[in-house]
Amino acid sequence: MNFFKTDLETLHAQLVAKELTVEELVTATLDNIAKIDSKYQAFITVMDESALAQARALDERGVDPDEILSGIPYGIKDNLVTKGVLTTAASRMLANFVPIYDATVVANLKKHGAIGVGKLNMDEFAMGSTTETSYFQETKNAWDQTKVPGGSSGGSAVAVATGQVPFALGTDTGGSVRQPAAFNGIVGMKPTYGRISRFGAIAFGSSFDQVGILTRTVKDNAYVLAAAAGHDDQDQTSSDRPVPDYAAQLTTDLSGLKVAVPSEYFGAGVDKNVQATVKAAINQLVKLGASVDTVSLPHTKYGVAAYYILASSEASSNLQRFDGIRYGYRASDAKTLEEVYVQSRSQGFGPEVKRRIMLGTYSLSAGSYDAFFKKAAQVRTLMIEDFQRVFADYDIIVAPTAPNVAYDFGQNTDDPEVTYMNDALTIPVNMAGLPAMSINAGFVNGLPVGMQLIGAAFAEATLYQVGYAFEQATKLYEQIPGGEH
Amino acid sequence: MAQEPLSKTEVEAVASLAKLTLQPEEAASMTEQLAKIFDLVNTLAEVDTTGVKPTYSPSDVQNVLRADVAVDAQQATALLANAPEREGDLIKVPAIIDEGADK
Amino acid sequence: MTVPNFETTIGLEVHIELKTQSKAMSPAPAEYGAQPNQKTNVIDWGYPGVLPQANQGALEYGMMAATALHASVTRDLHWDRKNYFYPDNPKAYQITQQETPIGREGWLEIEVDGEKKRVGITELHVEEDAGKNTHGTDGYSYVDLNRQGTPLIEIVGAPDLHSPEEAYAYLEALREAIQFTGISDVKMQEGSMRVDANISIRPVGSDQYGTKVELKNLNSFNYVRKGLAFEEERQAKIYLAGGTVRQQTRRYDEATGGTILMREKETADDYRYFPEPDLAPIKVSDEWVDEVAQRLPKSAPERRAHYVGTLGLEPYDAKVLTQTLAMSDFFDATVAAGANPKRAANYLMGDVNAYLNEKQVDLEDTQLTPAHLAAMINLIEDGTISTKMAKRVFTAITEGKDPIAFVEEKGLKQLSDPKDLQPIIDQVLDANEQSVIDFHGGKDRAVGYLIGQIMKVTHGNANPSVVNQLLMTALQARKPE
Ligand SMILES: [Mg+2]
Ligand SMILES: [Zn+2]
Repeated sequence: MNFFKTDLETLHAQLVAKELTVEELVTATLDNIAKIDSKYQAFITVMDESALAQARALDERGVDPDEILSGIPYGIKDNLVTKGVLTTAASRMLANFVPIYDATVVANLKKHGAIGVGKLNMDEFAMGSTTETSYFQETKNAWDQTKVPGGSSGGSAVAVATGQVPFALGTDTGGSVRQPAAFNGIVGMKPTYGRISRFGAIAFGSSFDQVGILTRTVKDNAYVLAAAAGHDDQDQTSSDRPVPDYAAQLTTDLSGLKVAVPSEYFGAGVDKNVQATVKAAINQLVKLGASVDTVSLPHTKYGVAAYYILASSEASSNLQRFDGIRYGYRASDAKTLEEVYVQSRSQGFGPEVKRRIMLGTYSLSAGSYDAFFKKAAQVRTLMIEDFQRVFADYDIIVAPTAPNVAYDFGQNTDDPEVTYMNDALTIPVNMAGLPAMSINAGFVNGLPVGMQLIGAAFAEATLYQVGYAFEQATKLYEQIPGGEH
Repeated sequence: MAQEPLSKTEVEAVASLAKLTLQPEEAASMTEQLAKIFDLVNTLAEVDTTGVKPTYSPSDVQNVLRADVAVDAQQATALLANAPEREGDLIKVPAIIDEGADK
Repeated sequence: MTVPNFETTIGLEVHIELKTQSKAMSPAPAEYGAQPNQKTNVIDWGYPGVLPQANQGALEYGMMAATALHASVTRDLHWDRKNYFYPDNPKAYQITQQETPIGREGWLEIEVDGEKKRVGITELHVEEDAGKNTHGTDGYSYVDLNRQGTPLIEIVGAPDLHSPEEAYAYLEALREAIQFTGISDVKMQEGSMRVDANISIRPVGSDQYGTKVELKNLNSFNYVRKGLAFEEERQAKIYLAGGTVRQQTRRYDEATGGTILMREKETADDYRYFPEPDLAPIKVSDEWVDEVAQRLPKSAPERRAHYVGTLGLEPYDAKVLTQTLAMSDFFDATVAAGANPKRAANYLMGDVNAYLNEKQVDLEDTQLTPAHLAAMINLIEDGTISTKMAKRVFTAITEGKDPIAFVEEKGLKQLSDPKDLQPIIDQVLDANEQSVIDFHGGKDRAVGYLIGQIMKVTHGNANPSVVNQLLMTALQARKPE
């Protein structure tokens, strides 16, 4: 079965009423993946055995009527570690790596009864925005298989958009949940930094990384975040703020909501049709009661440069542990210790990963630290202050998620500068650690356009309220990728 | 204070610090690509950051510490099973010649 | 030992392993001597996705060390990463406190040849230890990560030391100061105290330091002293021959007492330090510093002043008792349990130390308790047992036995009551008339013989001083007319 016409509440009701057993649901999900995923290649690993075992155990115990996720199948980006299940981060480096522990977010969802059915393709170590840097396979866009799915959580977005799973986990370091959500016309939430534990999320840029949630609808997303979030002793940067019941706070009335629209997000480089689609969506918010002003986030244009320095610096350090000594890929031809290091890393990492390691290593090295790393960290402060000024007066910032709709494969791979600019609208949020959500705002040439809702720290509930009101008014989620489903 | 693009020698020095080796074509394209990234980075020089405190994390949490209680995870067997080479309970590596860093 | 016309500058960098229950950044047990890799978890192995968990105990031990070394405790702390690849360094970075060390600007007092001097401590930081590599003869090395993540404090001394003897005295003072905080065993032989030394020499009067040489493999204070002395001379010879000293890392060679080149340092290592994004920054309040300082045991100098001034011990004895924190604590507890301080001191310096040497154990690993020792001393003081009997009782308390119960059980009561002793003495004198005659004839030896006879009858349980007194009176009474 696919999940185009159903949502979590409906599925939950069917499971509780025993119209459907968990085993039937999981079997049907796995059958559908087996049937259609060869076309999209969203999955790296399908977790047949563990999913079915968990389903049978749950049927025996009985679905919990108070847990909306009880018995619900879902997909997991392959940089979130799963106990006993291959976890590759889409890298040759970890092509054989089977972790002995679950990421906290996976453990949290398991506690709530959700059933992981597979590990999803991504850009290698989450570095990229097209999923093309994966060592394993090329994932296709749900709406047009000649287009990229976005990235780095491309597999997660496509698995949801093609109806293979009701929801999926991604990670978002510079836009990696929101941009593929936008390219595939679904809802992608990157919560506030610290809202979801990072324990077990294979680190890319530690001060940017945040686990995110991809769903078809806003309400589904709200349910999943509530189960996924919360303080974790294993992540000392995770927040201990209580997790609200987001789904209970949804509304269709936006009266009194103050919306800020940053002029920098509608400048050169942002496709005119994308701009028009998002502006029309903003008008829809006004119809629902919101007031809108144009504001300025003056340091936006420096975001990409500062981000690439900082995130790559952290990545260069985070990825040093992949050295061929304790786990993961070891070059078979390495004889000396130096060769074990150098050959294993040179053969185990792909070009994009090496490029960022190089940039990061250089940025942190003795002669460049001040001009690169420290300077970028100062610019980060200025970007945070930009946001603080706006949120002193406004409830939410609304902008496009990406400067364009999904494009052809191979388009930008040779020119990092062009590819990096594609992240310009999503990066500032990660610089400031803010929550942001992409929601489908309409279509250009049959491809979805993402509208980005940005909130103040820990204001996820506001993003869900605005997203829900918009979604209920437009019902865009009822449009599904055409073709042979 | 614009950043000059790196020379091929400098690129190799960075690669060696990162324990990477670049094939000749790779080194050439890496040098070129890094040059483009440096163009981007150079835009930061426009920003006046005098007196601006750097931000290293957007997190507002502080003083998070774990109580000093030991937990014996009993994971040694599983951990050792992942090592590409081992000898009994030890991880095996080609001989260490250099003495490493000052700890 | 100083080389004429040259001035020596020595800076010591000391790493001390902290005696916490768990590791600095993971909850794995911080245990010495386990089977390889058994006390490790996914954090120690630097597995993908794992995050460090900073240990409050390790940080507070760092605060204690800073306080004990008269350093100021830094109030605004964050952790940093120090990046380098090495097989015993699984993450390829060490979490340390490069930018905000826990303590700054401390000092220690040392004494060399009767002269006292303050030596500066530049900074102290809390950090993770690395694992351990062993080098095979088979072309391989072997890695054990048990030690990986054990908390360390690194104590960076100022370049205030001008001779190997001063360096030695500094290390003794440092070991004592740290040991009396209770945060470390500070044992060179177990690696819980490790020393690296930097040494340079320059012509007297020069305002520029000479080229610095770093010494490693200094596994005892003596080796530090010998290695530095060797290096002083080696460098002086080079200068005197018109050469230049090269910046090197050299290792001390135990066999020859010399130093051997390990590597030349042409460029500084690039550790690419940056703030650790996986850990929250720490604000240290005044209250926190005070609360931790209150947990500090009394320092060795304070204890010695108390032993001499209040308890009336000799300065030398006070020094011996403060050789280790365990000994000093044991002494204090024995006195607190009611023992005579002088007798307690004598027992600890005598029988107890002899016992520890013979068994090659530490005081804390024996079954001796202050309560038992105090009880035994009180049995001697009140005449219940003789010092000779006490030998047996001492053996009993080393086996964990209660001395009062032991004395009771073995019937080790000393006979001190004249009512009990008088008849025995009379009986012995009756049986040894010749000895009585000899005594009165001026042969003092007769007394010893008679005491021996009395002891034989009493199985050695008679109180010798009471016996002596009663015997003399009885002999006088039997003076022949
Ligand atoms: Mg050091
Ligand atoms: Zn150190």
